[in-house]
Amino acid sequence: MNMQLVTGNHAAGHSMSLAGEANRNARGAVCGIYPITPQTEIVEYVARFPFSRGRVIPVESEHSAMGVCIGAAVNGARTFTASSSNGLAYMAENIMVAAFYRLPIVMAAVNRTLGPPWNIWADQGDSLMFRDFAWIQFYCDSNQDVADTTMLAFRVAEDPRILLPVMVCMDAFIVSHTSMEIELPTQEQADRFLPPCEIPHKLDPDHPFTVGGMAFPQETLSHRLELDEAMGRVPRVLEEHRQQFKAVFGRELDGALSAYRTEDADRILIASGTISTTLREVVDDWRKRGEKVGMIRIKLFRPFPVVRLRELCGSVEKVGVLDRNYAAGTGGIFCQEVRAGLQGLTDCMVQGYLTGVGGGDVVPELVNEVVEDLSRRSHAADPVWIGIDQ
Amino acid sequence: MNAANPQFPDSSSQADCLLRPGNTNCGGCGMSNGLTMLGRALENENYSLVIPACCGIVTAGAFPTTSYNVPVLASTFASSPAFASGVAAVNEMNQEADGKLRHVICWAGDGGTYDIGIATLSAAAERNENLIYICYDNEIYGNTGGQRSSATPAAAKTTTTPGGKGERKKQIIEIMAAHHIPYAATLSIAHPDDFQDKIRKALKIKGFRFFLIHSPCPTGWKTEPAETIELVSLAVRSGIFPLYEVFDGRDYRINAKPDGTNPARYFEKQKRFSGGEINLDRVERWVLARMARLQKLAEIQ
Repeated sequence: MNMQLVTGNHAAGHSMSLAGEANRNARGAVCGIYPITPQTEIVEYVARFPFSRGRVIPVESEHSAMGVCIGAAVNGARTFTASSSNGLAYMAENIMVAAFYRLPIVMAAVNRTLGPPWNIWADQGDSLMFRDFAWIQFYCDSNQDVADTTMLAFRVAEDPRILLPVMVCMDAFIVSHTSMEIELPTQEQADRFLPPCEIPHKLDPDHPFTVGGMAFPQETLSHRLELDEAMGRVPRVLEEHRQQFKAVFGRELDGALSAYRTEDADRILIASGTISTTLREVVDDWRKRGEKVGMIRIKLFRPFPVVRLRELCGSVEKVGVLDRNYAAGTGGIFCQEVRAGLQGLTDCMVQGYLTGVGGGDVVPELVNEVVEDLSRRSHAADPVWIGIDQ
Repeated sequence: MNAANPQFPDSSSQADCLLRPGNTNCGGCGMSNGLTMLGRALENENYSLVIPACCGIVTAGAFPTTSYNVPVLASTFASSPAFASGVAAVNEMNQEADGKLRHVICWAGDGGTYDIGIATLSAAAERNENLIYICYDNEIYGNTGGQRSSATPAAAKTTTTPGGKGERKKQIIEIMAAHHIPYAATLSIAHPDDFQDKIRKALKIKGFRFFLIHSPCPTGWKTEPAETIELVSLAVRSGIFPLYEVFDGRDYRINAKPDGTNPARYFEKQKRFSGGEINLDRVERWVLARMARLQKLAEIQ
């Protein structure tokens, strides 16, 4: 057991570095890096890691950090980086290219409020900007989850059936800067878990082709269809690699979503990231009072795990979705997805709650307000803002 | 060619031809000439191109065909030096493993170089990335139909400076030399031997190497396609586009001395400089003053 007291940032930097080192007998590892609070410690960790076959390139912007990863991935290397908030926004154009080029780049995204006003605390609005960019997205709830999901991300991304980039998201400070004692992966485990990175469409002087030239509508249609098919394969491939992960690391990690006390529940709360850990406690409290409340943690946001969600919510009366993000004009983004996913289950009411938008602590008292509102509500309405000082 | 059954050029028979027949570039395109000369200079070299948004990527043609006989990676507009830094990093690691030298070359227009990409370019130069960056400078956003760029010379009319541009052209070689990169040089398609010599020279240098090609765009400049080579020749002879190289940002060498040709001969062949209230006398004075300064720099040893 390699138990250590580390932050979420340390966990992400550690797993990415081990994954990069694990590719030392293939085309190595390359990392374009640029700092931004609160992810800076991740790229600092990577920058001081003694890769035996790797290059860390400290560039001038997030846009270029992803650019370096794209160039290196097209040339066959294992690539990864990290960013946050406005840094992700600045990187946006190349984030899109990474997916459209089918490059298995792994990026740690520390969820920080987009500015202005400038605010470094947790909010998922940054990575959720890229919900339609063909990146696989995981939302982690603890430091252990970050360490393990980052490792798993490489395996899923590089699977020849997938070949898509992966964002491993975590809440700013609550995970990124808070220390927990966790079991850190070892190099020996990473070497066993990760096969050499193989990019089938890497640059090859013997067979010259142009990556990313023009395409007409029919070819573009095929390209998007193939993205869709790859996304569709993610849930099954993810489950396979979760089993592999357990075999190598000796522990389970959460898959697409996880349910808690939902079997007989008449009200289900849904959340992602660290809010879901608070929900567990609140559910236990309400259960002690005889109230049939359950919860679901959504970890895989893209592709959205609709099938499993419908199974879990098939007979429930009321669903309350807690969102630590805000899409102007529509409300919480997870709520929109849940509503769309449950469409047709006519007896199920889905109500959205905006909790911790801009980084406020979502304490049990606030979640209790959600449960109380959901309990007395007979029909869904506009999203309810929770935690506003009157 | 039979339209119903198109015959694409056989790449194996075009082994030394970087730009294959069948591309759709305009007649008299300076960039096409530049690519042909680049391909000759790099015969038998192992290299790939990184091309941002510009005519150079349109040159590749539409998927699944490509006009280039080497691997090409299309980059976003501002990103070619960043993409190429990633390619170069893997090339270096591969060379450590198998001893084979592989080059990566950015092929970008003036928009991607002087304007949207200059931060990325400056950063890659400052990091002294092991790559070659070539800017084919047609002094406009040619791909979008001829708008001004910061490489557009004073007095030139573009679709966004219909009365002629008021500001002067940015001096990109001076900017790059100020990064202390090991090699920066200008290239002219009217001087193919000099072109080839400098590319070959650059292949032997490690680190960031920058080239600027004077690249007429007959469509945007309103010039005769057949006069492209004549134009760039006049530009060298009159001192408008001096052929020179800078080593380590410090040592200047002029490769072709101007022969006293009147700069007016260059301007009068281009309709983009015609009419209006353009003060060509002033433009000529700037040109000659810059050449004089360059000669002084070349004398400092």
